[in-house]
Amino acid sequence: MEMVKVTIDGREVQVPKNSTILAAARAAGIEVPTLCYNEDLDVKGMCRVCVVEVEGSRTLQTACSQPVSDGMVVHTNSPRVRQARRVNVELLLSNHPQDCLGCVRNQRCELQTLADQLGIRELRFPRQVKSEQKDISTPALVRDPSKCILCRRCVEVCHQVQGVGALYPVNRGFDTTIAPAGGVDLGDVACVQCGQCSLVCPVGAIYEQDHTERVWAALANPDKHVVVQTAPAIRVSIGEEMGLEPGEVTTGQLVAALRRLGFDRVFDTDFSADLTIIEEGHELLKRLENGETMPMITSCSPGWIKYIEHFYPDLLPHLSTCKSPQQMFGALAKTYYAEKAGIDPANIYVVSIMPCTAKKFECGRPEMIDSGYPDVDAVLTTRELGRMLRENGIKFSELPEEEYDAPLGISTGAGVIFGATGGVMEAALRTVYEVVTGETLPSLDFTAVRGLEGIKEAEVDLKGKKVKVAVTHGLGNARKLLDLIKAGKADYQFIEIMCCPGGCIGGGGQPIPTTKEIRQKRIDAIYRADAGMPLRKSHENPAVQTLYKEFLGEPLGEKSHELLHTQYTKREKYPEKAADM
Amino acid sequence: MSYFRAHVLVCAGTPCMLKGAGAVKDALCREIERAGLQEEVRVVETGCLGPCDDGPVIVVYPEGVMYSKLKPEEMSRIVQQHLLKGRVVEDLVYRAEKEKAKPVVSLEEQGYLDRQYRIVLRNCGRIDPDSIEEYIANGGYEALGKALTTMTPEQVVATVKDSGLRGRGGAGFPTGLKWSFTAPIAADQKYIICNADEGEPGTFKDRLILEGDPHSIIEAMAIAGYAVGADQGIVYIRGEYHLSIERLQRAAARARELGLLGKDIFGTGFNFDLQIRTGAGAYVCGEETALIESLEGKRGEPRLKPPYPGVAGLWGKPTVVNNVETLANIPPIILKGAEWFRGIGTEKTPGTKVFTMLGDITNQGLIEVPMGITLREVIYGVGGGIPNGRGFKLAQTGGTSGGCLPKEFLDLPMDYDSLAEAGSALGSGALLVIDDSHCIVDVLRSFMKFFQHESCGQCTPCREGTARLYQLFSDLAAGKAGQDAVQLIKELCQTMQLSSLCGLGQSAPNGVVTALQYFEEEIQKHVAGECPAGVCRISMGSRAV
Amino acid sequence: MPVKSSTEPKKSLRQVIAEHNSDPGALLDILRDAQEIHGYLSAAVMEEIADELDIPVSRVYGVATFYTLLATKPKGEHIIRVCESPPCHIRGAVNILETLKEVLGVNPGETTEDKKFTLELTSCLGVCGVAPAMMIGDQVYGNLTPERVKEILKTYA
Repeated sequence: MEMVKVTIDGREVQVPKNSTILAAARAAGIEVPTLCYNEDLDVKGMCRVCVVEVEGSRTLQTACSQPVSDGMVVHTNSPRVRQARRVNVELLLSNHPQDCLGCVRNQRCELQTLADQLGIRELRFPRQVKSEQKDISTPALVRDPSKCILCRRCVEVCHQVQGVGALYPVNRGFDTTIAPAGGVDLGDVACVQCGQCSLVCPVGAIYEQDHTERVWAALANPDKHVVVQTAPAIRVSIGEEMGLEPGEVTTGQLVAALRRLGFDRVFDTDFSADLTIIEEGHELLKRLENGETMPMITSCSPGWIKYIEHFYPDLLPHLSTCKSPQQMFGALAKTYYAEKAGIDPANIYVVSIMPCTAKKFECGRPEMIDSGYPDVDAVLTTRELGRMLRENGIKFSELPEEEYDAPLGISTGAGVIFGATGGVMEAALRTVYEVVTGETLPSLDFTAVRGLEGIKEAEVDLKGKKVKVAVTHGLGNARKLLDLIKAGKADYQFIEIMCCPGGCIGGGGQPIPTTKEIRQKRIDAIYRADAGMPLRKSHENPAVQTLYKEFLGEPLGEKSHELLHTQYTKREKYPEKAADM
Repeated sequence: MSYFRAHVLVCAGTPCMLKGAGAVKDALCREIERAGLQEEVRVVETGCLGPCDDGPVIVVYPEGVMYSKLKPEEMSRIVQQHLLKGRVVEDLVYRAEKEKAKPVVSLEEQGYLDRQYRIVLRNCGRIDPDSIEEYIANGGYEALGKALTTMTPEQVVATVKDSGLRGRGGAGFPTGLKWSFTAPIAADQKYIICNADEGEPGTFKDRLILEGDPHSIIEAMAIAGYAVGADQGIVYIRGEYHLSIERLQRAAARARELGLLGKDIFGTGFNFDLQIRTGAGAYVCGEETALIESLEGKRGEPRLKPPYPGVAGLWGKPTVVNNVETLANIPPIILKGAEWFRGIGTEKTPGTKVFTMLGDITNQGLIEVPMGITLREVIYGVGGGIPNGRGFKLAQTGGTSGGCLPKEFLDLPMDYDSLAEAGSALGSGALLVIDDSHCIVDVLRSFMKFFQHESCGQCTPCREGTARLYQLFSDLAAGKAGQDAVQLIKELCQTMQLSSLCGLGQSAPNGVVTALQYFEEEIQKHVAGECPAGVCRISMGSRAV
Repeated sequence: MPVKSSTEPKKSLRQVIAEHNSDPGALLDILRDAQEIHGYLSAAVMEEIADELDIPVSRVYGVATFYTLLATKPKGEHIIRVCESPPCHIRGAVNILETLKEVLGVNPGETTEDKKFTLELTSCLGVCGVAPAMMIGDQVYGNLTPERVKEILKTYA
């Protein structure tokens, strides 16, 4: 690699030729303040906070975008730089509500941190705050355009990463906002509620709908038997909310923390993930046998489900009819568990801890009431759980490790890996292989379907019968596979699609920041958790086996059909039209 | 071609049309027919003839007599006396300076054109813009022929480089240098873009060139294409310029018919064609990367540079973007050589510049003069001074992003470097003269209102800064500004100039910055609640304290 | 090409898009043509364009709202654009705007109740030689005074 010599604040560094000034400064141990910059996204160069002085240049240059050249001399803290940086932040603040105390991002806000770092104590410019209303039209997300600083990170993830395109810059100049088309609310357009926008938002301009108050209320209600389920990805991410480094597996502390919050039973979505594998595995085999619609696609990810309903409704028959593990859990909690525990299901309150904002949408889908009640009553994202734990003064890292409650807390490593992209596929293959061949797998690790690559493929030999599978994550990648299916060019039998990059560990409800690097650390933690489980195949889960024996009968049986399977809704690409008609 | 003994050019520029040039032309044709002269006299519509304030204007050739402020009923006299009897109708002849009673007889001789030197406007008003034959008869497409048949692309680039031609769109970047970045790049596709998205308030030179001499632009683009290795040209033209668009389309079609556009031009194997694309109302699209974004069907938001368009422009391909006026210089430079061009204007800025004289000036309109002419010569010479007995307060050169120059700068030569030194710019050539009845705060407020509306909204200093400046000047005008207003304005302007993403935000504060230098006292008085010019409402008693 | 003579029969939006080969790069030209056909860019029109070009409708809307010559709301029969640029400003554009507001009873951006006029502000019309100026439809009016504005409006009554 060709190296160039750059002098930054008097310090000489050698950096690769096309490095940015920002990268070179970091190499020199100098941190240039940034705002719109995000290491995983395109360089935007819009906030103009990272400006630096380059000798010989008339204007200041943005460190995030400007490539270095040999012999370049840079000053990151000259009086001109300091003034420009401060004035630009002051300008953003002059058009900002500044109600930090009441903001969901208080003390976790990039603008606030920056203003503090730059020592801005006085707001000198006349203020003019956009008086736009909060948009609370969706069950999952809240938009507060008055706080938006127009960094456009959300636009990039919505368009380039997710291929949804619900938000875009509207109008021009001072009137510019980031909004759905046509001046309508987010709930009136084909937004899939994945919440990836909320993960990258530097401020409190887009965030999850809050369910903490209703959960506090249920916990305080003596008539309610409040059970909680934790999604596979939470055990490797809640630590970050509580001040731990990314990548730690904190299953036991999570259980302990939830008990301390007062939940009556602490259960695990991994249990119903195992169950999903049994149902979905048998569905796949049945489809293969009967020559039904192929390839079959997974249905665990509610953002993905809403996406296909809006954008590829013709492909709905490809979806597995299995409910997601969250909804299977809810349906069983208010039937099987209620019966077993002798509790009136009307008094059971099911709370999910999910890495996902779209789960808030999913639990409210009108068909999700097969138990006779809403299968799930409240969904807390990892971030909301973090807030509750902090409010309760729980010292997370000091908690002892505790065990989940039986029976809905018993699970295998196959359930755990649902949290990472490729996990459902790997879990399914572990079971399907043994069911079909009757043999024990020599190695449980299907590494070909693991990792952050956009589209992964594998072929499995089921004793002479070859099954070709594909795994993708991020809807932009999913779209490529869907177009192949549409064109009749997909020769796969089974496809796993997860809405969010990296799978659920990168979900829209996860701790902020969720970077590519952090996603990888959470994935590594997921596979460590899997490897540490005594059982790693769903069909070996004793609680699931008992469930079939005592309650469900057989996979794809009548009771399963009633409680665990669902159907999908063709949705308009332009939903506001439906309202017109 | 039949022989006409006389040609009457009727100015069909927009200002004249607004003043009834259409009816004048109809009356003229009627009178000519009534006199039976239709076989002898040809009436031609032309682009702007210059003195817009005195329209409608016609010129009778071969004598070159210009008549102004015409009414349809006066056509009978012109036909009866001038065209039939050869007598000039003295009382209708255009007079450059109303105070001087001396009638001007010939366009070339009249005072209006005293300091003018026409390169860019060489054909405007003299040929029928819809006739490729007239363009060719006046040396048109000769330069293209010369370039294609006798010069290598490198020689064309070198000639333009040697000529010292600098971009006439505003920034003044050397044109030959720009071409030389793109020419050596190996690429499967390159583009030449003509920037005709003229949005600078007070500037309509490009429109007049396109209306009056569309072939000169087509020819220049083909030459540029040959020089840098591009076979596709795009004219990005302001959506409001209907007449320019129509004329350019007709001209391109004719050029195609004659093989001057298309495949194998002049049998040299060189291919070049162009398409015309229109803007949809965004000043910022005059910035070349915003223009390219717009051509790609996006919001006209400027790109980060590098990469520069010369390396990665339209669709990521090497792209040369040149302004209309810049291009209009190309054919004469190729024909007459770099030396000839360097002989005009100043050493650092050879050639001419088209200025649009606006505001409080007697002769409004368009002039082309050698670079280096002084403000005084323009305003008090060709411009005819300031009307209504008012005094000169300031001149803003270069359009709304230019600086405000007080009378101390009247003898400043008008070229890129001298104006930049004074904190202003040559820019697009708009010259807004403001007399002493105006208030500086009110004027600056109107500048900022403009920029607030035209900022693309992408980067912080421009989006928020223009809005804050507008608010600060509104506060000053209302007598509500705080004691620190001037300090805030200064810091804000510096930040915008230094840290905005594109030229719009960087130059938007120029007017304010120069005004703070030269008119600070008047601005400070507003902080104290007083408007010396009596324009702002505070001085009329709304500020009771 | 966006400018057509009035004698040409109107094309359908579908034809226009087909002429541009459903190329998203031609979005601006297609929007201008679509507005020519439909008067303004309704939600339905923008959705059709988005589908044909295979781009999100939010991008179509984002582009449409960036350019002042494109309208996403229905307009009056005549669109009055008043130039507010500095050259017009110093020649008294404020009085022109005030007169229009008073006579029409609307603010910039609004349409009169009878749907006859929409009042808009515009940047430079490029006719500064006759400042202050305004456009009604495609017709430019210069050297305006409050009295002339009233007279001109009468001709549209």
